[in-house]
Amino acid sequence: MNAAQAEPARSPFRLNGRQLVPILILPILLVNAISFLWPTFSLLRMSLNEPVAGGAIRETLTLQTYIDVMTDGFYLELVWNSIYLCSIITIVTLILSYPIALFIHRADPKWRSILTLMVISPLLVSAVVRTYGWVIILGDQGLINAFLMSTGLVERPARLIFNNFGVVVGLIEILMPYMILSLMAGFGRLDPRLEEAAQSLGAKRFTTLRRVTIPLTAPGIALGCLLVFVLSISSFVTPKLLGGGRVFLLATEIYDQSIVLLNWPLAASLSMLVLVIFGAALVVYSRIVKALD
Amino acid sequence: MEQKNSIPFTIVVGLLFIFLLAPVLLVFPMSFSGDSFMSFPPSSWSLRWYEALPQNRVLINALWTSLGLASVVTILSLVIAIPAAYAIARMDFFGREALFALFTAPLLLPSIVLGLAILIVFVGVGLISTFPGLVLAHLVVTLPYALRVLATALSTLPHQVEEAASSLGATPFTVFRRVTLPLMTPGIVAAAALAFLVSFDEVVISLFVVGPRITTLPVELYRYVDTRADPLVAAASVFLILGTVAVVLIVERTMGLNKAVGKS
Repeated sequence: MNAAQAEPARSPFRLNGRQLVPILILPILLVNAISFLWPTFSLLRMSLNEPVAGGAIRETLTLQTYIDVMTDGFYLELVWNSIYLCSIITIVTLILSYPIALFIHRADPKWRSILTLMVISPLLVSAVVRTYGWVIILGDQGLINAFLMSTGLVERPARLIFNNFGVVVGLIEILMPYMILSLMAGFGRLDPRLEEAAQSLGAKRFTTLRRVTIPLTAPGIALGCLLVFVLSISSFVTPKLLGGGRVFLLATEIYDQSIVLLNWPLAASLSMLVLVIFGAALVVYSRIVKALD
Repeated sequence: MEQKNSIPFTIVVGLLFIFLLAPVLLVFPMSFSGDSFMSFPPSSWSLRWYEALPQNRVLINALWTSLGLASVVTILSLVIAIPAAYAIARMDFFGREALFALFTAPLLLPSIVLGLAILIVFVGVGLISTFPGLVLAHLVVTLPYALRVLATALSTLPHQVEEAASSLGATPFTVFRRVTLPLMTPGIVAAAALAFLVSFDEVVISLFVVGPRITTLPVELYRYVDTRADPLVAAASVFLILGTVAVVLIVERTMGLNKAVGKS
């Protein structure tokens, strides 16, 4: 066939190239080794060292920092709080994103591209700017409090940031584009004729959604949830700025331990813990995808 | 035959879009505030924060550093990723897929973990608070993006033109320079824009690498928001958003993004 005919012509071209592979690959391999592989192994090695008072580090091979993290009530709560908040964020993000994705999927092509652009555009704006936007909305003298005060519903400004609420709201909005795009990618399997068929057989709109639309789009839901959970566990800027130092999550603790308290072994083992949570999320995801097939 | 979007559903989705876009849009009115602190809606309007912006030496110096850094990172990303993408998309060799996985693996690590890992190594070799240190740290995240975009662009190019050139006696390098490179221009523009935006916006990894001698704009904006609450950052954000729009428009003009997204 076509490929077989092209083969003799291509082979000298490929043979010449193959000797060049090491030279073509070498620069990226060097950068990867210096700024990824070496740091990652150093991080693993660092987690096995022992912190000494005053920010010094003793080089040993011990699991002490891991044992400390697992037995200290503060860190257990930190891990639990991170997983708990990020699960809430994932679920609410899904609920708020699904209608948008469904709407875009059903819109006619002209609107579809404009709406998709509106979903993508926040991704291009820095997380610092978008978090600052949430301070404008949720701050003590922000939009919501101005509205609440003017209606007389509250006398003093309600605390909407520097607590879990602010962090959750900010992260939901910041992560929504990822969820919407994942859902839209999964909507390819959704044939409008199936929904049509369900309704012409007498199913109500909500029944159609529950029994036809959502099961068909489940792979996109699973992908979006994995992505949002993983991104929320690892996000730092939004929890730090909207948490105002009062919300303790894994990512903010890694930063504080490494930059403020200079306890690198502890920061390194907390980092490893984040990677373990990532791995667990991936395992759950692949189980779900397998079950769906 | 299509399922229609009903009117109540349209209203719900409209409200959700307002939720999604409000934080970015509110930055614009906030930047024209006449107040000396953050309060929305502002009690008066003025251009005072736009006048204050160029007076802030820290932010202006950080802006120049970030622009220089993003430019160097973009050029290096292309110079390093184009040969690698060519090898991965066009050649058969042992370990090709494993290497591609290794080169894109940094994207799987959270920035906070990658930042700490880079800090631990860079402290030992004196790269903290240096320009080369920031370049290396940013390349870790820009290279996987550039490599992916370029490898995809290359694998969708037809082989035939290159094969014709090479069978007519052109050396592999000439084929690459005269045929492949011009054909992959849209991919190169997209990779360059992505690398520039990722580097210019990068905060978390930079936080671990910056120091008293050198700092970037996103890091300084982050620190400003963390310690003070006034509309100066809103004025700075307006410029950042407009800059991003400009980059996207350049890409659209070169690639015909609109045509690719809307009409095909």
